[in-house]
Amino acid sequence: MDLRFTSDEIKFRDEVRAFFRTALPASIRRKMELGQRVSKEDTVTWQRILNAKGWAVPSWPVEWGGTDWGPVKTYIFKEEMQLAPAPDPLSFNVSMVGPVLIAFGSEAQKKHFLPKVANLDIWFCQGFSEPGAGSDLASLRTAAKREGDHYIVNGQKIWTSRAHHADWMFCLVRTSSEGKPQQGISYLLIDTKTPGLTIRPIHTIDGEHHFNEVFFDNVRVPAENIVGEENRGWTYAKYLLGHERVGIARIGAAKHRIQRAKALAAGVMIGDTPLSETPRFREKVASIEVELKALEITQMRVVANSVRLPKGAADPTSSILKLKGTELQQATTEILMEVAGANAMIREPEHLWGTATEPSIGPEWTTTTAADYFYTRAASIYGGSNEIQKNVIAKRILEL
Amino acid sequence: MDFDFNDEQRMLKESVDQLIADRYTFEQRKTYMKDGSGFSREMWNQYAEMGLLGLPFDEKYGGVGYADGGAVETMIVMEAFGRGLTLEPYLATVVLGGGLVNLGGTDAQREAILPKIADGSLMLAFAYEEAQSRYNLADVATTAKRDADGWLITGEKNFVMHGNCADKIIVSARISGDRTSRDGIGLFLVDAKAPGVSRKSYETQDGQRAAQIKLSGVKVRSNDALGNDGDPGKALPLIEKVADNALAAVAAEGLGAMSAAHEVTLEYLRTRKQFGVAIGSFQVLQHRAVDVLVSLEQARSMAYFATMMVNDPDPVERGKAISAATVQMRRSGKFIGQQVVQLHGGIGMTLEYKIGHYFKRLTAMESLLGDTDHHLAALARAGGLIEAGV
Ligand SMILES: Cc1cc2nc3c(=O)[nH]c(=O)nc-3n(C[C@H](O)[C@H](O)[C@H](O)COP(=O)(O)OP(=O)(O)OC[C@H]3O[C@@H](n4cnc5c(N)ncnc54)[C@H](O)[C@@H]3O)c2cc1C
Repeated sequence: MDLRFTSDEIKFRDEVRAFFRTALPASIRRKMELGQRVSKEDTVTWQRILNAKGWAVPSWPVEWGGTDWGPVKTYIFKEEMQLAPAPDPLSFNVSMVGPVLIAFGSEAQKKHFLPKVANLDIWFCQGFSEPGAGSDLASLRTAAKREGDHYIVNGQKIWTSRAHHADWMFCLVRTSSEGKPQQGISYLLIDTKTPGLTIRPIHTIDGEHHFNEVFFDNVRVPAENIVGEENRGWTYAKYLLGHERVGIARIGAAKHRIQRAKALAAGVMIGDTPLSETPRFREKVASIEVELKALEITQMRVVANSVRLPKGAADPTSSILKLKGTELQQATTEILMEVAGANAMIREPEHLWGTATEPSIGPEWTTTTAADYFYTRAASIYGGSNEIQKNVIAKRILEL
Repeated sequence: MDFDFNDEQRMLKESVDQLIADRYTFEQRKTYMKDGSGFSREMWNQYAEMGLLGLPFDEKYGGVGYADGGAVETMIVMEAFGRGLTLEPYLATVVLGGGLVNLGGTDAQREAILPKIADGSLMLAFAYEEAQSRYNLADVATTAKRDADGWLITGEKNFVMHGNCADKIIVSARISGDRTSRDGIGLFLVDAKAPGVSRKSYETQDGQRAAQIKLSGVKVRSNDALGNDGDPGKALPLIEKVADNALAAVAAEGLGAMSAAHEVTLEYLRTRKQFGVAIGSFQVLQHRAVDVLVSLEQARSMAYFATMMVNDPDPVERGKAISAATVQMRRSGKFIGQQVVQLHGGIGMTLEYKIGHYFKRLTAMESLLGDTDHHLAALARAGGLIEAGV
């Protein structure tokens, strides 16, 4: 047993680090350091810088612009990216629709979409959830009816993150009502500019516009935009579960918040003592650090193990990473908000986006802490709520 | 031992609960929020009519004249306000500002101010926190210097609840001593429009309003120094008492917010269907709802404790009780706030639905007059609630 990276891996880490240090535009880095939200343009800019370097989609096969890094290096890459701190690549593109197209798409679809998906020339959103179909996703009702060489789509999606930025949506639609609900679902790619498709914003509790409702009123989608076979969409959607083994715990992001909390607490005085030196604060942070270290090593165990697993095989332990990872994300946002004190409650949305022209009322770093705390509550809801994750673990790992 | 309300208190509770149920629906609240000062003047007048704005004051000052300053009645009102997530400056004007004048003002000051609070024509705010003070009420850098016929106040206050709409601002300022010494602090009634006062108003995360207030050599007449001008540098015990009153009131408000959030969530668990059944039929969610209930009842008990101890003649006992209640209230508030959102799934994350607003208000309460750690440390420093013994 050895915790250390090999010298080759260390060399790789240093190379990645050096690249992030020079390639990440200063304005984006500054936003990230302050915990600010990055704009659509920032995400696109960064993705294209990565793509030019050949690092936009490291987990994809080399022929589609990926790398042959394998799990350990991919893990190092993702951690370093979060610690840089650089914006997350758009997961809808990089970790969702891309891998599904690679596994199940037609040659024509791959050729058309994959390069654009990697370069973020096309921004995808995920149209899965509906008002009546959240945790019970298979009960979805948005219907696609075949008419000649088109599908006619009617229905509604909800909680569609960043649909207002998206050029395309990968969407689960009902193409059959026979058999089990899972059996009549298809995976359809829909251009968001198609007539009959309307996007309405829904504001989240951080006061921002993250997600939307999307309405389909006789939206005509070319039949060639179906991925794989009709009525097999559920399998394709599920393919991603447990497949993403690397980096879902988001240790790097949690570490970065802890680094910030410690540094910033040094500047907050409790009487004559910096907050960072009060035993209570130190112990509280240290106890998060303990859990974070444990999870980091769990993550590394999963990574090390995945070298041995057949490619594409799911590792059930990865749901543990998501479960504990989201709890720690949330705990780190709580600590930062506490450090900010009463300042956290001042609402200055322009500072959240780094577009303010006037100085903030409190220290600038405090302006993002509450929004981060509020929005990160969603981490235990989306992508399969933590309750659902536990159900899955109980069933698949514990076999209860 | 008696945890029941008397007839009069029951009537008060019924009428305030009714008012909030009728006039403070989630939709109505949204329209109040859009008003220029961020709350409803009409509701404010309604409170005045019902006697709520004079609740802690003597009859001769337009108040109701409860023997104990209306601690129980304040709790009743604040709990209802918590349920409605009301936006009006009740805490700032009646509990904090009114409390200071009522308990620390001269007769002349009481006569001049309290009746106007009671009839709704005057709003107050209490400016005590500063950028560096971090929950320490004695940490006051703002200065008050003797001037020919009064005082000159200079400094900067922040987090002034409803400082945006206050007609008068009560400012804590240092007359003598080091920045954090307990002695040497005075309280001054400053006209919000006085020369040298500049306010920067802002919205807080929970949709309330507050202000940062700069005071540049603001002239205050001698008789606007709160209390007797002979010894104005002894204000800290008064500030602490009124802060405790406010914390007891906020514990009740938090209780109202938590219990309403709990009820909304139970209703959701009963009606939201997934996998063909109400999600409330899943045992894990049932248990979570029970955890919320346990946490809620702990908070209720401590809100009662705060109310019954807030007028304790021994300031140490009072302080311990208030800190203990505050710690419980914060913990319950955090747990319940997070869980009610979680139990709602996606809709819990939206501004369009009320559950998230309870979460945000409960979060904002966490840093009001000292965060959880501040009160935990204060309680521990004072020896806790149970004495050592073998
Ligand atoms: C910020 C955010 C962004 C999102 N982005 C997207 C997106 O881009 N695209 C998309 O398609 N969707 C998106 N979602 C939707 C997300 O996937 C759903 O919210 C999630 O699946 C839960 O569904 P629901 O909201 O309908 O809650 P429900 O399924 O109604 O769940 C309500 C509560 O019941 C619990 N519960 C449900 N079933 C069970 C069970 N069997 N056992 C125990 N507990 C249970 C849940 O855990 C939850 O606590 C997003 C959600 C959020 C909050």
